Order: sequence, then structure tokens, then C-alpha cells
Amino acid sequence: MAFWDYANPTRFLRLVQVVLPWLIGFCVLAFAAGLYMAFFTAPEDYQQGNTVRIMYIHVPAAWLCMMCYTVMSISSIGTLVWKHPLADVSAKSAAPIGAAFTFMALVTGSLWGKPMWGTYWVWDARLTSVLVLLIMYLGLMTLWRTMDDPIKAGKSAAILTLVGALNLPIIKFSVDWWNTLHQPASVVRMDGPTIHADILWPLLIMAVAFTLLFFVLHLMAMRNEILRRRVRALRMRAASVSRPGTAAATAQPAE
Amino acid sequence: MTGWAMALFQRDLRLSVRIGGSALVGVLFFLAVVTVIPFGVGPDLNLLARIGPAILWIGALLATLLGLDRLFQADREDGTLDLMLMAGRPLELVILIKCLAHWIATGLPLVVAAPLLAIFLNLDPVSMGAVTLTLLVGTPALTLIGAIGASLTVSLRRGGLLLAVLVIPLAIPVLIFGVSSADAAIHDPVPFVTPFLILCALTLIAAVVGPVASAAALRFSAD
Amino acid sequence: MELGTHAGFIIASYALCILTVLVLVAWVRIDKANQERALKELAEQGISRARREHESR
Repeated sequence: MAFWDYANPTRFLRLVQVVLPWLIGFCVLAFAAGLYMAFFTAPEDYQQGNTVRIMYIHVPAAWLCMMCYTVMSISSIGTLVWKHPLADVSAKSAAPIGAAFTFMALVTGSLWGKPMWGTYWVWDARLTSVLVLLIMYLGLMTLWRTMDDPIKAGKSAAILTLVGALNLPIIKFSVDWWNTLHQPASVVRMDGPTIHADILWPLLIMAVAFTLLFFVLHLMAMRNEILRRRVRALRMRAASVSRPGTAAATAQPAE
Repeated sequence: MTGWAMALFQRDLRLSVRIGGSALVGVLFFLAVVTVIPFGVGPDLNLLARIGPAILWIGALLATLLGLDRLFQADREDGTLDLMLMAGRPLELVILIKCLAHWIATGLPLVVAAPLLAIFLNLDPVSMGAVTLTLLVGTPALTLIGAIGASLTVSLRRGGLLLAVLVIPLAIPVLIFGVSSADAAIHDPVPFVTPFLILCALTLIAAVVGPVASAAALRFSAD
Repeated sequence: MELGTHAGFIIASYALCILTVLVLVAWVRIDKANQERALKELAEQGISRARREHESR
């Protein structure tokens, strides 16, 4: 039972207790500033009119669904290489948050697409890649739920996460290829370096706000996961106390 | 070294050909999928000829997914998998050999059946050949990628459905380049060789990543 | 604040995002309450981490 003796999770919980109020404060401030600028100071786009305001949530959500996968990949390396228990917790609690942000990116993307393209969904390269990413998040979450032992589930999910991380660039590349093959460039694109500062600033602030939101939720979810594992360990110990005959053998594998 | 590899290969091949004739069931499923598509999209021969390669590829993907959950599960149930883990042979190589045997038993029959099913879909000889060639090159990649999913879900009682969900996103590039190189041979908007070579590259990548990742997964699920 | 002809789409996308974030926050809080209640129940039964650390020493 070396897991808790290292006291890492305990120290981590104490750290969360200190950091979390500050993070929440900054997050709320950033959202207030970002939303104010998005609605009141940012100008209308000359092509897209007011729908450009959807961009201030769509782009940060899309950026976060990539960042969340990056966090999960780094955590998975931590699980497999250093066998750090917190890495496992981090990867597991990031998955639902990543799935939620991916969902947000998809929904806002298609709501933006309806006035722009005239349809809710086009099989655009980016939308399609994000849809694939959502399927991967949901698959990972399912894999975690179907395995009882958190350690084994963590390792399995870490392998799948890393294989996915290897595969995502290939998927992106092949979807791009497929898209240029089937669709001539008819999609309105707004990338390019010449975004006006009045649009860029609210976008950046919203990106910061979303990032802070991710870290707030991630830390809270990690705390829950640590508590859940404590409950699990204690329940197994309770079971072993009440049935001493089979105790010693069954209590061990949890951590 | 080749002795045990050959023995393992022959054992796996014999088992997968014998038990319930999984190779035949896969081909039957492939036939059923291809038969069902015209009921969905209508019997328009021009349309079928246009989407024929895609139908054959999707049918092959589904048929491959169907057989994958037995890749390691039978061995786990009778304890052979534990013996393989303890035998001290490189597990990556063991998995590669198992995948090869599994592909010859389930993937190769699909490739052989593809030209016959192509007749139903009104494909001309050139595209028939192109689809068969891309399937020949691409289906090993499906098996190898599927091995990752199979080893992750090996300890689950009903892992088949989850396996499909986990594997399909990873198999998308293979599907894209398989279909587009078959299409390229027919309509030639791009030369056939470019997507075909990328498909070959994907298979080679899968031959490395698949065995390494699934060996890691099997080791973790065992201890 | 004028949102023009596409106000519905803008409001819908913001509303859906806020809803998603609220669901996430609710999930995190409910989960926390559940785990803490479970820990408390276990402590009432005399099973707690403090006691185990005490025993192991």
C-alpha cells in the first residue's frame, strides 16, 4: 500500500485547496472581460455580420479540445513511464471535460455554419476531424467505465490515448486529403494573419478564460477522483475486515 | 527462432480455420453487407458503380471488426495467453505472427471474395482489380490496428462492441486512402500511385504501432 | 445590443455553451458531494484513513 504513503495525493489536495479560489476568481474575471468585449466592443465582420460573435466561443472551444488531448497524452506518458498515480487521475478526469469542449466546438461550429454555409453540417476537414476526436473521447471514457480496477483501466486508457495521439495527425492529414478530393474550396475561411485587433483581443481573452475554466474543472475533477479512490480503498479494507478469511488476498490489488 | 514462430503461425491458422469456420462467416457477412446496400440506395447501376469501391471497403472494414474480438480472447480463456506472456519470446513478434495468421484466415478470404462481389456492384475490370489490390494492401492494416483494440478489451466479457468503437476512429485513414486510391484508378483526378503508396505506408506504420501497443496492453492486463 | 438577423443562432450557441459548462460544474459538484458523503459514512463506521495510518505505525 505504498500509494498513500508517498502523500502525493494528499499534498496535491492541499495545493488544490490553495490554488482553486484564485483560479476561479481569474476565470470569472476573464470571462466577464471577454464576454463584454465580444458583445460590446468587437465590431461586426463586414462579411459575416454579427455571427462573427460565435467565433469567440467556437475558436477557444476548438483550441481547448486539442489542448485537453495534449494534457491527456502527457498524463498517459506519466502513467506508463513513471507510473505516477496522479498522472492516471489527471488523464481520467480530463476526458469528460475534453469531450464537453469538443461537443461545444461542434455545436457552435454548426450553428455558425447554418447562416454562413446555409447548412448545419458540411463535411469540412476541420469539422470532420473534430467529430472523430469526439468519438475518441467517448471511446476512452467508455473504456474507463467498463474496467473495474482503476490502475489497469488507467494503463489501458493510457495506451489508447497515446496510440490516438500518434494517429490524430494522420487522421487530420487524411481527412484534409479526402476533403480536397471531394469538395472544392467553397467554405468561407477566416484564418490568415490579418485579423483585426478589435477582433483578436476579445478572442485572446476568451481563449485565456476557457483555458482557466479547463484548469478549474480539471483540478476539481481530479480532486473528486482522488476522493473516489480513497472511498474505494477504504471500502475494500472494510470488506476485508468484516470477512477476515479472504481478506489478505483480496485487499491488496487496489493500489 | 523460426521454429516456434512457424509452430505458432500454424497453430493459430489451424484454430481460426477450424473453430466455427470464422473465415467463412466473415465472407458471408461481407456478402450480406454488400447485398443490403442496394436495398438502401436503390438498384441504380451507375450509382452502384460509382460508390462500389466505398461499399466494398466499408464491408471489409465491418467484417474485419466482427472477427477481431476472437484474436486474443480464446487464448485468454484457456490460459494460452498467460503461457505466451511467460514464454519469454518477444511479445511484439508473437502478436505480429498471430495477426498474420488471423489475417490469412479472415482478411484474405475477403480480398478473394471482393472481385466476385464487385460484379454485383457493376464495377468494370479495371476498378475490380484496383479495389482488390487496395484491399490486399489495406486489410492487414485493419487487422493490425484492430489488434490494439482486441488486446485492450481482452479482459472484458463483452468487449466486441467497445472494440469496434475504439478501433473505427483509428481505421479512418486506411479507409480514406483505400477508397481514394481505388477511385483514382477509375476516375483519375489524381494518379493512382500517390494514395496507393500512402496506403502502403499506413500498413507499414500499423505493422509497427499495432504489435508494440497491443503487446504493452497485454502485459498490463496480465499483471 | 443589436444582434441582427442571425440573433437566434448567436443566442443558441452561447446558451448551449453555458448549459454545457453548467452541466460540467454540476457534475463536478455532485460527484464531490457523493464522495465526501461516502467518506463520512465510512468514518462513522470507524473506517478512516487516520485510523489506518495509526494502525500501521
